[in-house]
Amino acid sequence: MRSLSSRKSFRRDPAPSRWSYRFQRLWLTPTFRQVVRVGMPSLLVLAGLVAYLSDADRQRAIGDAFADMRRSVEERPEFMVKVMSVGGASDALAQDVRDVLAVDLPLSSFDLDLESMRKEVESLDAVERAEVRVRSGGILQIRLQERVPAIIWRGADGLELLDLGGHRVDVLERRADRADLPVIAGEGASEVVQQALELLERAGPIRSKIRGLVRVSETRWDLVLDSGQRIMLPSDRPGPALDRVLAWNEAQDLFARDVTHIDIRNAQRPTLRMSANAVQSLKELQGIVVKKDVAE
Amino acid sequence: MKDLYQSQRAMRNKRQAAMQRGVIAVLDVGSSKIACLVLRFDGPERFQDSDGLGTMAGQSAFRVIGAATTRSRGIRFGEIDAMHETERAIRTAVQAAQKMANVRVDHVIACFSGARPRSYGLAGTVELHDGAVTDNCVARVLASCDVPDYGDEREILHAQPVNFAVDHRSGLGDPRGQAGNQLSVDMHMLSIDRTPIENLLYCIKRCDLELAGIASSAYAAGISSLVEDEQELGAACIDMGGGATGLSIFIKKHMIYADTVRMGGDHVTSDISQGLQVPLPMAERIKTFYGGVVATGMDDREMIDLSSDTGDWEHDRRSVSRAEVIGVMRPRVEEILEEVRVRLDAAGFDHLPSQRIVLTGGGAQLPGLDGLASKILGQQVRLGRPLRVQGLPQSVTGPSFASAVGTCLFAAHPQDEWWDFDIPVDGYPARSLKRAMRWFKDNW
Repeated sequence: MRSLSSRKSFRRDPAPSRWSYRFQRLWLTPTFRQVVRVGMPSLLVLAGLVAYLSDADRQRAIGDAFADMRRSVEERPEFMVKVMSVGGASDALAQDVRDVLAVDLPLSSFDLDLESMRKEVESLDAVERAEVRVRSGGILQIRLQERVPAIIWRGADGLELLDLGGHRVDVLERRADRADLPVIAGEGASEVVQQALELLERAGPIRSKIRGLVRVSETRWDLVLDSGQRIMLPSDRPGPALDRVLAWNEAQDLFARDVTHIDIRNAQRPTLRMSANAVQSLKELQGIVVKKDVAE
Repeated sequence: MKDLYQSQRAMRNKRQAAMQRGVIAVLDVGSSKIACLVLRFDGPERFQDSDGLGTMAGQSAFRVIGAATTRSRGIRFGEIDAMHETERAIRTAVQAAQKMANVRVDHVIACFSGARPRSYGLAGTVELHDGAVTDNCVARVLASCDVPDYGDEREILHAQPVNFAVDHRSGLGDPRGQAGNQLSVDMHMLSIDRTPIENLLYCIKRCDLELAGIASSAYAAGISSLVEDEQELGAACIDMGGGATGLSIFIKKHMIYADTVRMGGDHVTSDISQGLQVPLPMAERIKTFYGGVVATGMDDREMIDLSSDTGDWEHDRRSVSRAEVIGVMRPRVEEILEEVRVRLDAAGFDHLPSQRIVLTGGGAQLPGLDGLASKILGQQVRLGRPLRVQGLPQSVTGPSFASAVGTCLFAAHPQDEWWDFDIPVDGYPARSLKRAMRWFKDNW
């Protein structure tokens, strides 16, 4: 018999070795294939990334590079805001708005927080509504709607201008500065500006004589005339009550008389309060008391 | 007998598992080539409704997705001669087929031709207790067959019930549900030598494969190359392989006899080699290119160069006529066919209603073989090719692959074998009930 081992060396055999056969079978196993083809490369890439990024300096460098890139895009001239324009406001208010916003232009439009700017502007008393946007050409446009003062409120701290909704518009130095506006006073008066204006509207015929309205205990109004007379209106439906008083005035010239208070709080029982002199005179006329100087 | 039953049953379970996975390989371990086909089962007959055909022979349930052939090494007479050589050859074929299929196969169904198959006809009879045939009755009747003494060193390869009879009504394919008093069965049992099959099992195991079934190649060639009416009416299939010629007889779609003649194409080749003094590869080449069994006048003029490289001028420049080659080949082919004839006569083939003979296998490609065979075997001889199977490459459709294709069909639709039925458990429940009754009586 010839040697079996030596024959192997020169015989050409297409048969795969056991290991290559096993490897091929392993390779044809779907799970193994998935693991090798997808799982292992992704794991390697992941591991590489983790190893690369675990260094703090590198992380910072990457962050800086990213920020720089972002900066360079943001600071392109196309995105820069150079001018601020404030529309729909008086010069003084426009200056206020500029002071409040305090943005030092030029600035990238990415750095502008328009919403917070709008809120900030609207927090100004004199501004009712604001619209903030960046217009093409690098203009920061702020369009304002000013509050219109409707009434003067005399509070503890001084005079304030209020708008229709009772919101403070401005502080007034002297009453005479806005002689065209009516005055209200009293605690809680600012909440019912609308009602006050309505009452003043009704009191049109005696408008010139009205000094103002006083809110009493946050429930009802006193209408104060320049003669010092007070019309005490009820808390409920003050308008018609005022109309009644005016009608008396028309008929009997009430305000010309020596009356200090016209109390119509109870519609069933309107009451007049006369001045001390008038009471004295009345008593004298009625003969209840003797006129002092006459008696003496 | 019990352990064989268990191992065959285990193989059936493995086949079921492979069907679940959808991929199974078929391995034809022949003496001249080893073929491996990878089958994919796409589910239960996808095209059955669309093309109006039935399941046919079961070949519509699968498609071939990988096919590879390699020259076999270390196999003689269909039996493994050099284990490692064979293992490498199997590995080559399986690897190439896997590569083509691009899928890993774990289960393999093998067929091989050697190991001296021997057929036995078995008969069994049982009384029916409840007047009708049930699954258990079938199992009992199969178990009641008196098994002949087939030898210590042998194993049973197939044990197929061929015919059932209830009382005196015979020829039943499926007796279940039939009413009667007596059930009898005829069973065909094929036994083979144990050593070759153990060698094959070892080789397949060494290739990390699991054997999910094993078939005789004569049987496999029969189911692939006999058409339906031949199987029904009676026919013999002669599978002329390289180292062995298998023959199987079919009737009523069952194999009733199988045998092998331990001679084949390799012997023709060695005759040419000896007769013409040429090396074996050249003899093989001469056989395939110029071979034949009937010489004509033309063949005297067709000269074949027998060039070789010995350095002897006279020896290197010989030539023979084709007629001489035919003269060398014909006696051996005649011998094989006569041997087949003897086996057929012994099996009682003359008594079948139809005596169709189909020649298949690589040796059947020999020109003029059908003429010679009809002289020896009878008039009704034809050359057979295996059934067409979906996805089979053109190169694998020749008669050489009859047994490989047949094993595919076997894998898809195996016939019922003895071990497909449960072992009958008669007597045991009755006895235990009786014991329980007695226990009750004793205690109360």
